[in-house]
Amino acid sequence: MAQSAPNPAPAFGSSSLRKSASWLRAKEMLIRGVLFCCALVSVITTLTIIFVLLYESILPFPGHSPFFAEVSVRDFLLDTKWTPQYADKHFGIMPLVCGTAWVTFISGCVGLPLGLVSAIYMSEYAGPRRRSVLKPVLELLAGIPTIVYGYFGLFFVTPYVLRPILHGGLGFTVGGANALAGGIVVGLMIMPLVASLSEDVLRAVPKSLREAGYALGATKFDVSVKIVVPSALSGILASFLLALSRGVGETMAVTLCAGNLPQLTANPLIPIQTMTTFIVNMMKGDAVVGSIEYKSLYAVALVLFTVTLTMNYISQLILQRYREVYQ
Amino acid sequence: MSTAPKSTGMSGSATPPLVLGAASQGPAPAGKPKFETRGMGFFYGSHQALTEINLLIPEKAVTALIGPSGCGKSTYLRSLNRMNDIIDGTRVTGSVLLDGEDIYAPDVDVVALRKRVGMVFQKSTPFPKSIFDNVAFGPRIGGLNKLSELKDLVEHCLKQAALWNEVKDRLRDSAMALSGGQQQRLCIARALATNPEVLLMDEPASALDPASTARIEDLIFELKQNYTIVIVTHNMQQAARISEFTGFFCLGRLVEVGQTKQMFTNPAEKETEDYITGRFG
Amino acid sequence: MSTPHDAYARSLRRRHLQAAAFGWVCSLATWFSVIILAVLLIAVTYRSVGWISWDFLTRFDSYRPQKAGIFAGLMGSFWLIGLTALFCVPVGVGAAIYLEEYAKPNWLTRVIQLNVSNLAGIPSIVFGMLGFTAFVRMFGLAQQQYILWLGFTHVKFTVPFGRSVISGALTLTLLSLPVVIIASQEALRSVPPSIRHAAYALGATKWQTIRAQVLPAALPGILTGVILALSRALGETAPLAVLGAATYITFAPGKKGLLQAPFDPFTAMPLQIYNWVDEIDRKFQNVAAAGIVVLLVALLLMNGSAIYIRHHFQKKIRW
Repeated sequence: MAQSAPNPAPAFGSSSLRKSASWLRAKEMLIRGVLFCCALVSVITTLTIIFVLLYESILPFPGHSPFFAEVSVRDFLLDTKWTPQYADKHFGIMPLVCGTAWVTFISGCVGLPLGLVSAIYMSEYAGPRRRSVLKPVLELLAGIPTIVYGYFGLFFVTPYVLRPILHGGLGFTVGGANALAGGIVVGLMIMPLVASLSEDVLRAVPKSLREAGYALGATKFDVSVKIVVPSALSGILASFLLALSRGVGETMAVTLCAGNLPQLTANPLIPIQTMTTFIVNMMKGDAVVGSIEYKSLYAVALVLFTVTLTMNYISQLILQRYREVYQ
Repeated sequence: MSTAPKSTGMSGSATPPLVLGAASQGPAPAGKPKFETRGMGFFYGSHQALTEINLLIPEKAVTALIGPSGCGKSTYLRSLNRMNDIIDGTRVTGSVLLDGEDIYAPDVDVVALRKRVGMVFQKSTPFPKSIFDNVAFGPRIGGLNKLSELKDLVEHCLKQAALWNEVKDRLRDSAMALSGGQQQRLCIARALATNPEVLLMDEPASALDPASTARIEDLIFELKQNYTIVIVTHNMQQAARISEFTGFFCLGRLVEVGQTKQMFTNPAEKETEDYITGRFG
Repeated sequence: MSTPHDAYARSLRRRHLQAAAFGWVCSLATWFSVIILAVLLIAVTYRSVGWISWDFLTRFDSYRPQKAGIFAGLMGSFWLIGLTALFCVPVGVGAAIYLEEYAKPNWLTRVIQLNVSNLAGIPSIVFGMLGFTAFVRMFGLAQQQYILWLGFTHVKFTVPFGRSVISGALTLTLLSLPVVIIASQEALRSVPPSIRHAAYALGATKWQTIRAQVLPAALPGILTGVILALSRALGETAPLAVLGAATYITFAPGKKGLLQAPFDPFTAMPLQIYNWVDEIDRKFQNVAAAGIVVLLVALLLMNGSAIYIRHHFQKKIRW
């Protein structure tokens, strides 16, 4: 080997190619470890949530009686009264589920069609300039805090929209707080979510399918409604599910404009209580730690957590499979 | 490079030219012209993709368009049923006549035009629906809803596309489950179902294996009895095998057009010869 | 087989009408959202006219609507978001770097990834329950006071943290983490691999490559994601309400020294708004509207800076 012209660059580190236990390597390993711990934080969060909820509601540790040791699962699921703060305590979750179902159902009726139709408009009809106006507006709508929507529902939707139409026009009695207002407001909140998720899904449908449609003599309506939407159906359903789970977990807007009265009712014009509003009100009222009311909070939160997690998970699975189809 | 394409006559200038420059007019040899393109130009924004195209496409025959990639042959094909309208900022100059009617006239309904001029794409594009629904799509949006009529029509088109025997027992299965060659024949059947007069094919066999390619070629041979077919292909042997007429595109111009046999044996232009013999492209 | 020509022409006319009508419906529904946004903003602003003043910004809360101010909430939110950023950014960006640059595609990585995306969909109120149990009460630990001597000053704090700023900030951190991780991952993913390869070819180690090449390139995207996550945290009400943060408070965190601030009790803007809405005196509706306007302006400033960063750096970096 020629050694007459030494490399002018300074030698740094070891010149051997073999792995050595150098300081540099140790530092790399350390950094990797720290970053891994950061990634673990999210897993630990989930595990802690599950533990906390299970501990107070199900797990029978010595010297601690969980919620379901004091209230039977049967009563919890089938009793039709929810009266934790009364002397005669009942813990039937049906009224809370009913409230949540009303709000979610109404929000779905408002938010899902509006969101889907907006998504179709943005992905199929609107030119780039209109899209560049609409996208930020929808982001803005999605970024408004839920308490603002609550205020809007309580002091605007109910007195200036629902009362004049339903009471003035049709003669129904409309409560100052009611499930309908809550549902409408939550619907307006989830609409941007549906719009942006569904738009992504619609845009993932290959352009070649649209072209094939046009080549068969289809109008824009035919292509949008009979080709693109059916092709994206599973993805759209996933976005619906995700949005509805947002509705199930929505708290402040519902607390403000849907009331705080647990009722098993078929009338959406009276105050109700959802699972989330129960939790907020109970915590605000300083439930005594260790009391049965306190433990009931965790049981309700467990139901809420399970429902939303399941909806999210299914939606993620569908979306993942959907993305694999169109790649 | 010449601005007007030269035609390759049977023996020099004795036979009437098939396709003429902008200056002269004359009858086409094989039947009457289905498409007539006069002095056509095409722009993507300010970029000119096609310049001064003059071409007659004869009825009930196969016309092949060949040329190096990016030469504008696909753009030209897509302008025959105005598929380029979908792309923003495109513009056509000159005229394209279908049976003597300008398809770029302001009162032309693009939807009706595309029903008459069907198209098959390079990549098979089955809709994620059943085989039956794929073929029935065109007739359904056109207003045909009677199930018995639809069934007959679907069967007829699948038979025409030589796919019936393979799928007749699973018409309700998803079209996505078919093989690549079957999907492409399904797309042909789907295009036939709107009862078009012209079929435009954009490299329909380029993504297929040799056996499937051979089936598609046989199919094209069958279909030309009833349909005018324009096919873009990068495969010269294919053009030679299936087409009666060939146009050679290069750099956005139609360099030469003529009877396929003539063009492949005795091209008039140096560029054509270079391309066909594989010296460039 | 083919429909008669004039029948087709007639149906075609109908189909064109249908297509146009559908286009109108879609467009109306979409612009409806713009109208809703406008109505919402106008209604709230209209209610707040005459109630927003310099005094409103600098006064503490009061039982008399005319005297009520949002200063405690403003400062509380400021400390809350500041601390949340302090905790959330290193952990979130670190997790994103691990998942994008280091993680091998094995089951553990898939579990972490799935967990992050599912965590993003869990209702914020459940995070509130978690925060209450894990930070405010620390699973029922006995309360004990500690004094931390820092050389020049000392900080007094109790464990469990109780209803202090730090409990709120930690809760909001866990809540915002998934959003920050997902946004940072996207930013890292958009850095072209050629940049990494170039650095590796020069003999840089993995971390050197990430720190010197990848992170700077991904920074605008990460910053945008962080700001959007924090602006979401700024508007969060439910978890703070569940933590039992004070709604009526007449001092700002940090009264007894800045380092003491994280351990002071606090309120936040959205909580104060919630409190005002619940007041019986109808004049508080206007106070709430004024609070909402202040909150929205704060959000607008944060979102605006995110848009500015995105725009500013997009022009600079071109691959």
